[in-house]
Amino acid sequence: MAIYDFYIFNREGTCLYYIQWNGKKQPSSSAVEHNCKLMYGLLYSLKSFVSRISPTDGKDQFASYRTNKYKLNYYETPSGLKFIMNTDLSVGNIRDIMKTIYRKIYVEYIVKNPFADLSKPVSSELFISKLDTFIKELPFFNPKP
Amino acid sequence: MVLYSVYIINKAGSLIYNYDNVIPRTEVEKTFSYPLEMVLREEERLTVAYGERDGIKIGYAVIAINGETVTNRKMPDGTQALAYLQNPDNYPLNIRFGKPKLSINEKITLASTFHSMFAIACKLSPVSNSSGIEVLETGTFRLWCYQTLTGIKFVVITDQHQSGIQPLLRKIYEIYTDYALKNPFYSLDMPIRLELFDLNLKGVLEAAEKNQQYNANIPNSTI
Repeated sequence: MAIYDFYIFNREGTCLYYIQWNGKKQPSSSAVEHNCKLMYGLLYSLKSFVSRISPTDGKDQFASYRTNKYKLNYYETPSGLKFIMNTDLSVGNIRDIMKTIYRKIYVEYIVKNPFADLSKPVSSELFISKLDTFIKELPFFNPKP
Repeated sequence: MVLYSVYIINKAGSLIYNYDNVIPRTEVEKTFSYPLEMVLREEERLTVAYGERDGIKIGYAVIAINGETVTNRKMPDGTQALAYLQNPDNYPLNIRFGKPKLSINEKITLASTFHSMFAIACKLSPVSNSSGIEVLETGTFRLWCYQTLTGIKFVVITDQHQSGIQPLLRKIYEIYTDYALKNPFYSLDMPIRLELFDLNLKGVLEAAEKNQQYNANIPNSTI
């Protein structure tokens, strides 16, 4: 049971936050930027793909995908904020957890902060520490020994 | 279980086979008076852009007006459908809306898109040596993909509660090797237009639906 990384994107595609746990090494900032762009592009295409290929109509929300090594969990708010969590395969449906991260951490420490610029990457130390505490308390978070 | 469709994508990313098993037809026919409360957008088809009501959802296309099928946004007599709908003299009229069926070009585009997304998912992996997307889950359907060692992808779309489709994907691969690859007239990576392949694929899908849970142990199959 492990969480690998976590991304937050805003509606324009700016990566507001990225953090990696259990990593073998910290990637360079240019690699992170490249990954963020690739991730946003992938999600944009996935959303469009899902809405077009869907056999039924209605709200076809892309929720997650699994490969043989990791699972990407996705949560998008109606305002266009995208939360992505890469976990291992044993994790079930964590939509509620992503919702909680949005409601109890992002809204509380970023949106309600009068000095925070919502179009720039997150710089609030309080947000980072609260998010870290929350994630570490999750039952499926298991730091690499 | 509901199996909506099967797609086979070759190693270059182009669609070589498509079969739609179940197409949930959602059509709504209603009589309207001027002015039309829905905002229609003209793309490939006339689709509802705004004004969801009475079961007609956003994304639905105009299929027929007064019983006459609308093709390429034109009525059978050649007039532009949008112009017809904007003329108050033609009201009240009857319009049939429905979720537009994917054209074959759209399916080819979607298959290639999936092929690229599969590869990007592999690259973006937080751990090394990941494969591409194996299962894609949404609120209303699940997309399963099996990539063979030769790069062919077998993609199956089922309802969202379905699990354990891997044996079925393996079986479809088996049908592909038996009736497409072993066919001396079939060229590799070309679209599959083979009667026996279609027949056997339909048989496999029917069997899977009957059993609800596909068992990969078939007599006379060689692993």
